[in-house]
Amino acid sequence: MKLFGNNKNSSTVDLSVNIGGLKLKNPVMTASGTFGYGAEYSEFIDLNRLGAIIVKGLSYTPREGNPVPRIVETPAGMLNAIGLQNIGTEAFIKEKLPFLRKFKTPVITNFFGDSIDEFKKSAEALSSADGVHALEMNISCPNKKAGWIIFGTDPKVMGKAVSSVRKTTKLPLIVKLTPNVTDICVMAKVAEDSGADAISMINTITGMAIDIRRRTPILANVVGGLSGPAIRPVAVRMVWQAHKAVKIPIIGIGGIMTAQDALEFLIAGARGVAVGTANFVNPHATIEIIDGIEKFLIEEGVHNINDIIGSLWT
Amino acid sequence: MNKYLTATIKENSRINGSNNLLALYIKDTSENPVPGQFYMLEVSSSYDPLLKRPLSIFRKINNELQFLYRIKGKGTEKLQKMREGTNISIIGPLGNGYPLPSEKQIPLLIAGGVGVASIFSLAEKLDKKAYVFYGGRNKDELVMKDEIRNFAKELFISTDDGSEGEKGTVIDILNKFLDSQGSMESLVIYVCGPLPMLRAVAEVAVNKKIAGYISAEENMACGIGACLGCVIKTKHNYKRVCREGPVFSIHEIIWE
Ligand SMILES: Cc1cc2nc3c(=O)[nH]c(=O)nc-3n(C[C@H](O)[C@H](O)[C@H](O)COP(=O)(O)OP(=O)(O)OC[C@H]3O[C@@H](n4cnc5c(N)ncnc54)[C@H](O)[C@@H]3O)c2cc1C
Ligand SMILES: Cc1cc2nc3c(=O)[nH]c(=O)nc-3n(C[C@H](O)[C@H](O)[C@H](O)COP(=O)(O)O)c2cc1C
Ligand code: FES
Repeated sequence: MKLFGNNKNSSTVDLSVNIGGLKLKNPVMTASGTFGYGAEYSEFIDLNRLGAIIVKGLSYTPREGNPVPRIVETPAGMLNAIGLQNIGTEAFIKEKLPFLRKFKTPVITNFFGDSIDEFKKSAEALSSADGVHALEMNISCPNKKAGWIIFGTDPKVMGKAVSSVRKTTKLPLIVKLTPNVTDICVMAKVAEDSGADAISMINTITGMAIDIRRRTPILANVVGGLSGPAIRPVAVRMVWQAHKAVKIPIIGIGGIMTAQDALEFLIAGARGVAVGTANFVNPHATIEIIDGIEKFLIEEGVHNINDIIGSLWT
Repeated sequence: MNKYLTATIKENSRINGSNNLLALYIKDTSENPVPGQFYMLEVSSSYDPLLKRPLSIFRKINNELQFLYRIKGKGTEKLQKMREGTNISIIGPLGNGYPLPSEKQIPLLIAGGVGVASIFSLAEKLDKKAYVFYGGRNKDELVMKDEIRNFAKELFISTDDGSEGEKGTVIDILNKFLDSQGSMESLVIYVCGPLPMLRAVAEVAVNKKIAGYISAEENMACGIGACLGCVIKTKHNYKRVCREGPVFSIHEIIWE
């Protein structure tokens, strides 16, 4: 990292980044599933200020999701078992995209399937829709046909899924990795070799909470995904490891609450960040993080955000 | 209008039992809440607990928002320890609120425990039109009785131990009242309280074909419709308690 001393002129700070062909005015995005379809937060913040909006995960056909309780709070985090409730790609394109097209901010659609075929159908539908700028492939769901193997935990299954989807879209393809694996670098490399333009990481970490009086799990689904500040150190470590293993850009996710947290990810090697659970706690979180990153760069005399990305000294 | 607000704690005191009154002063101009709406409140300045907690609006007087809350777990315990002068962030007003009864309808307001917070705000608004049914575990759990009496056409009380009003549940006093009525057609029920009570009132409403609304509760993370954590099963699939609710038609809910 170059240190230029204090820079008086803030207008010289360039926050723009390029994520696998997608140009963003700043590196701050919204993590899928924590920002609805965008409209929910538009009464709190100016969506035009975001680097990109990543919307709730979509399947080809709508899904109902899991019974309640779906969420429970844990120390400095929360467990969720929403069960991928969503309105499906068709309704998304018809009902939600027209609103999002009004903004200058790129839209990244997170999508999933329980078979390669379903992944492909969603990717095709979303790629041809006006106003979708990139796809984020969520491989944390089970592959029914391969006997409930999670797409994102078996390198062979994942490789096949990613290369099949790659053939169906010209849009930047981001593969979202699950942390529930032994070696994250193996999975990052498989994504890269199968044609992903970028990876995002991490998704939630599988966890569980128990009602000790009833001796029952609290979530109806028994287990859920842990998110929030509690997972940040794990996410930072994984981003740093993956950054050394692959050349494609990384979107860092996991417990980002403040600009400092986001900067940890950027210094570890992430080219962008996505803010998740923090939106629930503070609907202005994304904007405060953008402003905070800019302020930090000014203070450090760094003119271009790319100079700080992967600048970790070890 | 701005819904993400900074509030200063003006009062945070125990009323009785595990019931507390929280008064917040807000500087910013903000929307006026309607009965049945709620706010998400910060209960700790650290990340533990991380999430805000939903509380129904009890009263708003000028720039002061008042809430009634009961200690339930970690979040409400931390909230109780927060002192006057502390600034907290809040989000609201959220949710839909109670639809008001028509001129011809006779409203029956039914509250269990701390569910009285939102029922109170509705009674105040209806001004002497409503019959109020209020149930609690014992006499010490009941709050704001005199005020409610002022706003209600009549107040019926029940306690589990008989320490005040009728011994029994709110369903018992409701049924007794309904038995004394001729037609059910002009009645409309509003109910807020613990789940078993909501379910029991819904059963009465369905059997006797009485119109009505329930205020539902579910664990919430965002409070604004983004996380899909707070859903309730209805005849039209899952609906979000924080957004399409918390008030739903009593005949719309599928009880599981
Ligand atoms: C729309 C709405 C309005 C509400 N209004 C009021 C009010 O005016 N006054 C009041 O005292 N309480 C109200 N509640 C309930 C209140 O939000 C919970 O009691 C509180 O969140 C519990 O937090 P805690 O950290 O103390 O408990 P936790 O440690 O989180 O949990 C303790 C126990 O409370 C249960 N619980 C957690 N969250 C909720 C919830 N949202 N609803 C019901 N039970 C819950 C848990 O399942 C657990 O058994 C309302 C809830 C909703 C959804
Ligand atoms: C309520 C909730 C719903 C989520 N839904 C999705 C989803 O649909 N698709 C997906 O890829 N990730 C989903 N995630 C994971 C987040 O995008 C993110 O990876 C994770 O929460 C970690 O970031 P955070 O700690 O900042 O929340 C969800 C997370 C939460 C809390
Ligand atoms: S609390 Fe998030 S959708 Fe209702």
